Amino acid sequence: MIDLRRFPSWDRREVKGCPACFRVIHVAVIVAIVVGVLLPVIPLLVWSFSHSWFFPEILPMELSGRAWTYIGSPLSKVANALINSLIIGAVVTASAAVLGIPAGRALGLNRFRGKTLVEFLILAPIIVPGLAVIMGIHVLFIRLGLVDTLFGVVLVHLLPSLPYMIMVMSGVFANYNVEFEQQAYSLGAGRIRTFVHVTLPAILPGIVTGSLFVFLISWSQYILTVLIGGGRVITLPVLLFAFAAAGDNAVTTALCIVFLAPAILILLFTSRYLSGESGAMGGFGRL
Amino acid sequence: MNTGLSLIFMLAPALVVILVLFAGGLALGFSQSLGYMPIIGAYGFNLDAYLQLIKSPGFVPSLLLTIFISVLATLLAVVLAVATALTLRKRFVGKKIVSFLYQFPLTVPHLVVAVGVLLLVSQSGLMARAAFQVGLISDPAQFPILVFDDLGIGVILVYVWKEVPFIGLIALAVLQSMGNDYEEQARTLGANSWQTFRHVLLPLIIPGILPGSIIIFAYVFSSFEVPFLLGKSYPAMLSVLSYRLYTDVDLDARPQAMAMSILIAVFVLILVLFYRRLSQRILRRSG
Repeated sequence: MIDLRRFPSWDRREVKGCPACFRVIHVAVIVAIVVGVLLPVIPLLVWSFSHSWFFPEILPMELSGRAWTYIGSPLSKVANALINSLIIGAVVTASAAVLGIPAGRALGLNRFRGKTLVEFLILAPIIVPGLAVIMGIHVLFIRLGLVDTLFGVVLVHLLPSLPYMIMVMSGVFANYNVEFEQQAYSLGAGRIRTFVHVTLPAILPGIVTGSLFVFLISWSQYILTVLIGGGRVITLPVLLFAFAAAGDNAVTTALCIVFLAPAILILLFTSRYLSGESGAMGGFGRL
Repeated sequence: MNTGLSLIFMLAPALVVILVLFAGGLALGFSQSLGYMPIIGAYGFNLDAYLQLIKSPGFVPSLLLTIFISVLATLLAVVLAVATALTLRKRFVGKKIVSFLYQFPLTVPHLVVAVGVLLLVSQSGLMARAAFQVGLISDPAQFPILVFDDLGIGVILVYVWKEVPFIGLIALAVLQSMGNDYEEQARTLGANSWQTFRHVLLPLIIPGILPGSIIIFAYVFSSFEVPFLLGKSYPAMLSVLSYRLYTDVDLDARPQAMAMSILIAVFVLILVLFYRRLSQRILRRSG
């Protein structure tokens, strides 16, 4: 696999290298990650509590809870949008799991004729821009009476998200040993018991990772919701986009934080699956 | 292994959803781009919309800007992702917190990042204020223009911030799945850190992160929200032009909007194929 002739001239001085240099680089990268991630979040937090904050003040001159009071009031429709976003996200995630787990299993465990074509079809919605597809779907949905409905929005959210679920699951099933299931059967377990006690624990990291991706794609979807929801289905991104375009920084940033909170909660529970040894991210490398 | 029939049962539900929405949407969008829109009584079948688009003065600058932004954002994301993944796979104090922070951008909707970046790097943003406080600038106008700028720097910053962990976690999964054996062997044979990275780790990582980087490239090329909020209005990215045409009150602009979306899809496919061939050739050479 590795051509060892690639190391023609060993330089013994280089081999010893400079351990201290590496430690410095290592620490520098870690500091860069922490600072880089936090930088754009800081202005969001501070702005949401500021009353007046003009250049060149590094901190707000006057603090206020106005933005938060406004967001909490029924006038802002935030509660409504939050509920819509949660419902759509939950239904899309559940649907993607029901559709995607069997498909991922079929792709991960089997070789069959036409597999490449199937994989290509599944990947196509995330490579071919959504804009090209959604404008056509819009016309179709008008005829079917699906525009301006929650159901229509759920359907279009499946388009960019379902491929992620299938990819993650096919990656997980590629490393899955079916023989455990056969053993459970031969010991007398039924289909349901086998699934709950044998299959599910093994593929859980994949389901969690896939669901996280699907939920987040649905949760942050703007353009598909606006076109198919026609301004009637108000979700958080639709509301946020309107506020961001209007330019009220305090309210916009407070809304940003509301928009962030559930995602952080979910990540707290799923974090270990993402970078653990579960290989749940490995599915992206295979297709 | 599964039999043919059970394979079809497992794959069919997901494939039907993707086929109806994706292929159906694409076909309807394409027929509209040719001027076939029975709803408004247009039964044309021609390339007028495409010709008008390509001839319009804004098209070429928009195309170049779109290519520039998506290539640079993908490239930066991949480089930073590999660098950070190499650091994060080691053990260090506080690894749990750093890993959590690293995954955090995955969960943050693009819209929120766009608002954060705007408040951070605009001429009256937090960075400009900090520069003023330490005496680097004496007026907001002296701070470099990083949002609503000619090169789409703000847009690129948003995408890089968002996509580094996506590629990085895939790279981490690849690194973990191959263990330390290759690396130790290279070290035993006398390769220094750089040689180990260049000839052992990199050729193993690249095939793994290739699909992920293609996904990012296609996403950045066609997504709409971020350039709409942080981009200049002329030249704008192609997706923004397409959206403007689609929401134009003049229904005659619809075929052009569709044509633009189809063109975006065609460009993405061409560039993705080109990118695949190029990276495979580089891989073979460095193998």
